[in-house]
Amino acid sequence: MRLPLTLTVNGEPVSAMVEPRTHLVDFLREALDLTGSHAGCEHGVCGACSLIVNGAMLRGCLMLAVQAEGAEVWTVEGLTESGAIAALQAAFLARNALQCGFCTPGMLVAAATLLKANPTPTREEIREGISGNYCRCTGYHAIVDAIEEASRA
Amino acid sequence: MKPAPFAYARAASLPEVFDLLDRHGESARLLAGGQSLVAALNLRLSSPGILLDINGVEALRGIGFADGVLRIGALTRHAELGADPLVARHAPLLARAVPHIAHAAIRTRGTIGGSLALADPAAELPACALALDATLVLASRGGERRVAAVDFFQGLYQTALRGDEVLAAVEIASRAGQACTLQELARRHGDYAIVGLAAQAGPPGAGVALAWFGVGGTPLRTPRAEAALVAGDLAGAQAALAGEIDPPADLHGPPALRHHLARVLLGRAAAALKGH
Repeated sequence: MRLPLTLTVNGEPVSAMVEPRTHLVDFLREALDLTGSHAGCEHGVCGACSLIVNGAMLRGCLMLAVQAEGAEVWTVEGLTESGAIAALQAAFLARNALQCGFCTPGMLVAAATLLKANPTPTREEIREGISGNYCRCTGYHAIVDAIEEASRA
Repeated sequence: MKPAPFAYARAASLPEVFDLLDRHGESARLLAGGQSLVAALNLRLSSPGILLDINGVEALRGIGFADGVLRIGALTRHAELGADPLVARHAPLLARAVPHIAHAAIRTRGTIGGSLALADPAAELPACALALDATLVLASRGGERRVAAVDFFQGLYQTALRGDEVLAAVEIASRAGQACTLQELARRHGDYAIVGLAAQAGPPGAGVALAWFGVGGTPLRTPRAEAALVAGDLAGAQAALAGEIDPPADLHGPPALRHHLARVLLGRAAAALKGH
C-alpha cells in the first residue's frame, strides 16, 4: 500500500507516494535525501530526529510520513539555509559543543525551540530544554555553554 | 527498527471512525498522538493490520467549561493541556503534571485521550484522572456512556473501553481554588516515574485523594493513608502505605525501594498541600 503525500519541506512543496509504515524522518532522509536529521533510537528517546512541524518541535520517528499531509516541515538543512540557527551553530563550533556530531542536528532544533520560547534561559532552563536529546560525547556541559553563549549574543 | 507493513485510513468524523472499526475489527488500532503507539510499531511490539488515524476528528478536540464541569477533548495535546487557562483554573493538577510528561517534543504530539486509553501504570495522566474523580466519555455508534476513572482502569494496559468505542473526552468537576500537587521520582527528567503521586484536596473540610502511579498494574488510591493525612497524621499515613501498595521488583530496585520512595513523596505532597 502506498499513499499520496503532499507537504512543504524547508519552504519547498513536495509530493510523493509513501508506504504508511514509513516514519517522517525516514521519508525525509530516504525519499528527499535530507540526511541532516538522524534516526537514532527510533522509539522517541534520543531526540536525534527532532524536527519542526507546523511550528512545533516533534520526534520525526514518532510521526508517520502520511500524517504530515499538508504540514510545514523544517529540518536542520532548512534552518541552516535560512540562517535561523546561525548563531547557535557558531557557538557550538566555538565551544566544542559536538564531537561525533550525531546528536547535533536534533540538539540544534531543541536549542532553537528553547530560545524561541525563552530568549534568555538560565543554565537550568537550558538543561531542561535539551533534556529530551541524548549526547554520548560531550557530557552536555559544552552544549549548555554554547546555547548560553548564543542566547547572550 | 522499522514497523511491519500496515494499512492506514484517516477518519474525518466519529461516524467514519465507527464504520472503520466495524469493518476492520480486531486488526485495527486507533492512532491519536502516536507517541507510544508509533514507538511500539517501530519496535514491532505491535503489528496492527490497519491504523485508523483520528487526528482529523473535530469532535474530539477542544476544551470547554459549562455548568461547573471542565470538558477536555481526547485529542488535546499535552502541550495544549499545559497552556490552557481553563485547565489551569479548574484542574490545575493536570497543568502541573504536564512538565513531567516526557519531553517538549513528545508533548507536541501526545494526547490526553491516548494516554488514558493506553493506561500505562507509570504515566501521570491516568493517576491525575483518578485523583480528580474524572469521568471518561466513551463514544460508540449507539451514543455515549460515562465511566468513572476508578472503573475505567481495570488492569495493566486494560481499560473499560470496548472495541467499538472511542474515548471522546474527559469531564472534571471544577477544582478551582482546591490544593493539589504532583510529585514524581524518575532517574532522568522525562522518564516514566519510578514512583509518582497525584494528590488532590477537596473543598475545605473534605478529604484528599492520593492517586499513585508506578507502584502497580494500574494507578491506585490509598484510602487509609488519605484518612490519616486528613486527620493530620502524616506518619500514620506513611505507615498505612505499607498495606495499601504492593509495588513490583524491577530494574529500578526491589519493592522496598518503592515503599521508601512512596513515603518520601507522601511527605513532600503533604508539605505542598499545606503550603497551598
